[in-house]
Amino acid sequence: MHEAPPALDFWSMLFVFMLATFIGVGVIRRVSRLLHTPLMSLTNAISAIAVVGSIIVTGSDHPWHIRMLGAIALFASVTNIVSGFLITDRMLKMFKSDGGRR
Amino acid sequence: MIQALTQLAYLLATGLFVLSLHWMNDPKTARRGVHAGVAAMLTAVIATWAQPHIIVHHGWIVVAIAAGIGVGWPLSRVPLTAVPQRTALSHAFGGLAAGLVGTAEYFLWLHEAQANLTPFRMSAIIIEIILGYLTFTGSLMAAGKLQEIRWIPQRPVTYPLQNVTNIGMLAIAVGLGVALVLNPTAPWAANAFMAIIGLALGFGVLLIIPIGGADMPTVISILNSYAGLSAVAMGFVLDNKLLITAGALDGSSGLILSIIMCRAMNRSFTNVLFGAFGKVEAVKKTGEQKSYKPETTEGAAQVLEQANLVVIVPGYGMAVAQAQHKVRELYDQLKKRGVTVKFAIHPVAGRMPGHMNVLLAEADVPYTDLVEMDEINPDMPQCDVALVVGANDTVNPAARYEKSSPIYGMPIVDADKARTVFAIKRSKNPGFAGIDNELYFADRTWMLFGDAKAVVGDLVKQLSGGSGMH
Repeated sequence: MHEAPPALDFWSMLFVFMLATFIGVGVIRRVSRLLHTPLMSLTNAISAIAVVGSIIVTGSDHPWHIRMLGAIALFASVTNIVSGFLITDRMLKMFKSDGGRR
Repeated sequence: MIQALTQLAYLLATGLFVLSLHWMNDPKTARRGVHAGVAAMLTAVIATWAQPHIIVHHGWIVVAIAAGIGVGWPLSRVPLTAVPQRTALSHAFGGLAAGLVGTAEYFLWLHEAQANLTPFRMSAIIIEIILGYLTFTGSLMAAGKLQEIRWIPQRPVTYPLQNVTNIGMLAIAVGLGVALVLNPTAPWAANAFMAIIGLALGFGVLLIIPIGGADMPTVISILNSYAGLSAVAMGFVLDNKLLITAGALDGSSGLILSIIMCRAMNRSFTNVLFGAFGKVEAVKKTGEQKSYKPETTEGAAQVLEQANLVVIVPGYGMAVAQAQHKVRELYDQLKKRGVTVKFAIHPVAGRMPGHMNVLLAEADVPYTDLVEMDEINPDMPQCDVALVVGANDTVNPAARYEKSSPIYGMPIVDADKARTVFAIKRSKNPGFAGIDNELYFADRTWMLFGDAKAVVGDLVKQLSGGSGMH
């Protein structure tokens, strides 16, 4: 059984969380307001990084009902990844500047 | 060795995610941002999957991924008017995934490795499932309202002691959570855990019931933020820094968008979530008879033709009537005559942040002519014609002085400062929110009654017909 180590370095996780939030705020503030809808679908796809946790739960040597929960979570995350990235790209393709028009 | 490679891949993915969002700051580089995001995601998935010491079962992974692709692909092909619903639905999926993983980890450790249930990790699990499940049902409700599903009431539903009930439910869930953190393996622990899930699911529904269409942009942003934070909590549970960073990026994005939306409506978070719009009806209806001045499309077309600067103010009505393509034709006709045409975009126009921009971009309007409210307002006094297409609250001058109005203090597009205002309106009844719009009765305003798409189409016909005569 390969469980996560019991002693967690939660302080470093809190540091990572805080710094990532500041980076996120700094980067998102400069996103063009034109693109707020695609931004939301993109961050949606990015937060489907929960796929990582779902794969671990689904694929590990756990009882089947635990893995079943993981598989549903995995399905939900993959749905978000696929639809999130595809629709973001579809929307962004439509944004053209004046010069870029036929 | 494999572990180091996995961590290296996660590090790479984290960097790519940050770059991905960075490239969204300009429409020119934005698509590169998507590609970076896809690359990061693929890296993360492969690195996670290729850990033979952890991942020993593959069948269900393949099935779940295939099913996810099967559902995700059609969801990405929805018409752009349905983008708000799709976004809400994907927040629901994000919340569900976080909730389920949290549930799985808890029961796994409860039965097999109780030493893992440290207070820190237990707190993270509780936060993960509360946020995850409330985001799940809350976003489903929001998606249902946006899709106008029949059995979900569109109007804000309010009842006595609503806030007490809602906050009470959340407080009980948090209280049970604290008890679980202190005694994660008590005999009653599993039941308490299930009770928290039930309360979070119920709270999500009750939170959205009192929210009306005009508040949707803010609510969607807040739910976006919750979905991100639940991924962060999952990262704390699984000791995975990639989850923490990516979730934090999503969480901060939702936070910033919510702040922008709240500012654009001059309301606070708490006011949006707990101060239901439902009170509106009681305030107004001081019905002294004011009269509209109707105008024909012929007349309006003549005025538009003579103008130097025309500002079009789109709103949710344009999306409902699917009028964006006709609006683009009007834009082309006017441009051909040397008229300068700009679009005034209010931050909360539509049902989600940036909704109008996407619709107009779809109709091929260059984004250089989509101007933010704050930038265009100083030019409004020089504007010859303001054409209001399906916007209502975002151009209501009552927001400036009418203290009793629910939209008092909200920044608006100064359409009323234009020399002439044409407002397209479907019927003579007051709008959805039940608030009279002062703009419609102003001296310089003329009404064009009818469906937005039909009226704009008529204007285009008048303009193109006119040019054929000469």
